[in-house]
Amino acid sequence: MSVDYVAVVDALTRVRGVHGAMVVAGQDGVVVAESLMEGVKGRALAALAGSLAKRVEGITRAAAGQAPHFIHLEGEDGALLVAAGAGDLLLVILAGREVPIGLARLETLRAAERLA
Amino acid sequence: MTEDIRGLTAALAADPASLVFLRLGEALRRRGQLDAAQKVALAGLNRYPHLPDAHDLYARVLADRRDFASAFDEWDMALRLDPNHLGSLKGIGFLYFQAGDAEHAREHLRAAAAIVPDDEGILSALALVEGGRLSPAQSEPEVSAAVSTVPPTPSAAPVFSFASADEGVDEQGPFAGVENALNMLLLVDGSGLRLGGEFRSIDGADISEEISACGAGAAREAARAARILGLGEWKSVSVETGEWNFSLVQPTPDTCLIAARPADLPVGQVGFLAERAAKAARQWLELVR
Repeated sequence: MSVDYVAVVDALTRVRGVHGAMVVAGQDGVVVAESLMEGVKGRALAALAGSLAKRVEGITRAAAGQAPHFIHLEGEDGALLVAAGAGDLLLVILAGREVPIGLARLETLRAAERLA
Repeated sequence: MTEDIRGLTAALAADPASLVFLRLGEALRRRGQLDAAQKVALAGLNRYPHLPDAHDLYARVLADRRDFASAFDEWDMALRLDPNHLGSLKGIGFLYFQAGDAEHAREHLRAAAAIVPDDEGILSALALVEGGRLSPAQSEPEVSAAVSTVPPTPSAAPVFSFASADEGVDEQGPFAGVENALNMLLLVDGSGLRLGGEFRSIDGADISEEISACGAGAAREAARAARILGLGEWKSVSVETGEWNFSLVQPTPDTCLIAARPADLPVGQVGFLAERAAKAARQWLELVR
C-alpha cells in the first residue's frame, strides 16, 4: 500500500503552532511532499534539517551505534523537529514558539511511523 | 483507597522535600478539596519543576476546576519531560474527548494502552471513545473516572542533583558539583577542542575526541538552522535514538556541551542534566578564562 505523503504533512500542519511540514529524502534533500505556511522557505528548511540530522547522526553513531529517530532543535522563537521515516526519508516540522511541543512530538513520531 | 490526609500532611511537614506531596495532593483532589490540592501541587512544582508527576498532579487539579486549557499545558509539559508519561497521555486523551475530538482522544488513549496494555481504566475509556455511542457531555464522567484511576506514582525521584562538595567530584573540572558527571558529558569549544569531560562508547572505548568534533559541527549546524529559519538563538538540541537520549546546549556562545544517557532517563531530564552541567561549566569558564 502506497503512503499518501501529502495527507501525512497536511495532518501535521493542523497542530497548533506548526508552520510547515515536509517529507524529505535525507541524503540529497529532495522534497517529497510539503505543506508550508506562506513565507516558509521549503528548500532551505529541507536542506538545513537534513544537514542537522547528518551532523547529529555523527554523534549518536559514534556513541551508541544508532541513528537518531527524533531530533528537536529548540530556538528562542520556535522549534525544528526531525523524525526518521523509512529508508532515508525524514519528516521535518517547523513550529513557532506557541507549539505544544509534547503533542507535536507525539504527532510527528506517529506520522513518521506512517512513512514506514 | 482512602489516603490518610492527616498522616500525609504530617509526613510532608516532617520532610518538605519528600515526594509525599504527590499522594497528599491527589488525596485532597479526590476529596474535592481543590484549593488545598492546588496549593500542595504548586508547592511541589516549585520544588520539583522538572518532575512529570508534579505537572500531572497540577493538571488533574486544573481539569477538576474545568480550566482545561491550563490543564492541557501542564500535561503537555509533563509529556515533554517524559514522552511516555502515562497520566499525561490519559489526561490529554480525556481533554480531547471532552472537546469532542474523538480521533485525537483515541490516539492518546491508545498510546497509553500501549504502555500499560491491561489497565482496565484505559481500556474502558478507549471503549467509550471508540464506541462513539455517547456524546462527550453524556459520557464525560465515565471517561473522566476511567482516566483518573491511576494516581501519580511517587517513584520518579529526581535521578540527578547537585552533589555536596565532599562527594568526591573533581571541583577543578567544568562539571564540579554535578552528580553522575563522570561519563557522557563533554564540554567543547567552537573548533571541536575538548575542554572537559569524557565520552565513552557503550563498549568502553574513549571517543571523547570524535564526539567533540561531531558536537562542535552539530552546534554550528544548529546555530545556522535556527538563524536562517527564524528560530532565534538556539537553546538546545534533543536527540532520541530509542535506546539513548542526547542533549546539546551551549553554555556560552562559543562552546557546546553534549550529554547522553540511556533512554530510561526521559529526554527532557537529560536536557535538564545538560542545563545544570552548562551552568557549572559557565562558572568554570569564567574562572579559567
